[in-house]
Amino acid sequence: MSGRFPQGLPRLEPAGLDGWMVRLFDVIDEANMPWLTALVRECETAFGDHLVDLVPSYTTLLVVFDPLRLSPGEARRWLVDLLQRLQPDEEAADAPVQELPVWYDASVGPELSRLAELAGMSLEEVVACHTEHSYRVFALGFAPGFAFMGSVDARLEAPRLETPRRRVPAGSVAVAGRQTAAYPAVTPGGWNLVGRTPAVLFDRDREGFSLLQVGDRVRFVPIDRAEFARLGGDTRPMEEDR
Amino acid sequence: MTQAIDGAIDGLSVTRAGPLALLQDAGRFGVRRLGVTQGGPVDLHGWAWANHLAGNAWGTPALEVTFGGLELVAERDLVLAVAGADLSATLDGEPLAGWRSLSVKAGQRLAFGAPVNGLRAYLAVAGGFAAQPVLGSVACVVREGLGGHDGQGHRLAAGDCLQVTPRRACATREAPGEAPFDYRRPAELALLPGAQISEFSGASLFLAFNAPWRVDDRADRMGVRLTGPRLDCRMASMISEGIGLGAVQVPPDGQPIALLNDRQTIGGYPRLGALTPLACSRLAQCLPGQEVWLKAVSTDRALEAYRRFRAGFAR
Repeated sequence: MSGRFPQGLPRLEPAGLDGWMVRLFDVIDEANMPWLTALVRECETAFGDHLVDLVPSYTTLLVVFDPLRLSPGEARRWLVDLLQRLQPDEEAADAPVQELPVWYDASVGPELSRLAELAGMSLEEVVACHTEHSYRVFALGFAPGFAFMGSVDARLEAPRLETPRRRVPAGSVAVAGRQTAAYPAVTPGGWNLVGRTPAVLFDRDREGFSLLQVGDRVRFVPIDRAEFARLGGDTRPMEEDR
Repeated sequence: MTQAIDGAIDGLSVTRAGPLALLQDAGRFGVRRLGVTQGGPVDLHGWAWANHLAGNAWGTPALEVTFGGLELVAERDLVLAVAGADLSATLDGEPLAGWRSLSVKAGQRLAFGAPVNGLRAYLAVAGGFAAQPVLGSVACVVREGLGGHDGQGHRLAAGDCLQVTPRRACATREAPGEAPFDYRRPAELALLPGAQISEFSGASLFLAFNAPWRVDDRADRMGVRLTGPRLDCRMASMISEGIGLGAVQVPPDGQPIALLNDRQTIGGYPRLGALTPLACSRLAQCLPGQEVWLKAVSTDRALEAYRRFRAGFAR
């Protein structure tokens, strides 16, 4: 496996009675993701109904198995075997790009101007910069269907808000550090809000539940207020509660 | 609105909700990669016993009653069992015996008072509570708005009527003498050392396993903060990665947090390791201010203890 992974990796780390942490990489990189999605698929095949959960995230995969049927030692042997013949997911490398429509507007994206100021750009340039790249979903977490995507252009890099909002509206599209995300539901949140998507990001009645999955490629597409409303978006402006 | 469930009928109605009562099955599995947490009973041990005493299979939904305060009226004759904490439960005002199954007549009033021994009681009815599964489970996670008696992740409220899947009375079951135990004693929490353990200073590692920890009042179904000596770790934070049940993370303030069933699915603080499932159960019964000790165990020992525990319950 030399050459494919950084020195000393991949590595299997103990994660409790029923888990192993598979560490493949040591830095965040979009190129990690075809390896991680391949590993997810291989684990599903190899572990079958001994598998309880898989949590892929940036550089790692947490494998959770049924400790009544499999000991950590047995699980480790399966993982070692599987890692030896792991190949990156070629399909994932050029997976179709999912488009997320976004209404970029100060009324629903109060930090648009903050990003513009930090980057020394106009609002239009910020929108252009946020929409011209496609992003990779690195991880889902924080809340159901909340996808951490990157990497955002370095010029749009912005720290989180000093005081998180208690209520971020569902659909809010946001930037923090060099990552971007859309809030699936109303939650607290400290990211910089730049717009809002009418897309339903998490739906308990939909096959697969989450619109976005780890490894997916995503591009934001700017739409105007009328189109946003037509697609079912909530046009009510942000109410500040901080 | 509660959807009709095949074969389910009104079992118990809620006349007073108390601070927190939630319907829990074994947990929500297979969807953690979507950011959906595990949920399920934080004291798996007490929950499993309540179901077992009521003659139910593993995974049957039961009520988790935190702090007490819940009051229910039986809508029909039922067989039920209470295990876990002693929350001064009464039946029509008379003390109700925990850790055994008992018959209740329609119209009888079941009330939980204040905690006497432990923090969370589990109430199971023979045949099980019935609710529509959401994402494969009825585990109630308030933060995510998933599961529970109404499918929307709500805690019980006065006026709710809990559905049950009735089953003919079974033989009365009683826990053997050793099952109910004293949750007020200092708890020894078995911990499996994790990958970042070598990042902690030697002095911190010594203190972690040789000093008493206090359960902080910042404790809930997501996690329990422990206060005690400050633990120093060379790593301040990591790239976020999946977090298992019982992971003991140490943020820069040096005070560990044991992560329980409703934890977020990923996180980026270094970890001492992971509490075993039974240690999580034990911690879930500790009140703020209580003393606990961390004790490193080998995987073999922990696996053996867990398999022994599970072997007693029908799958």
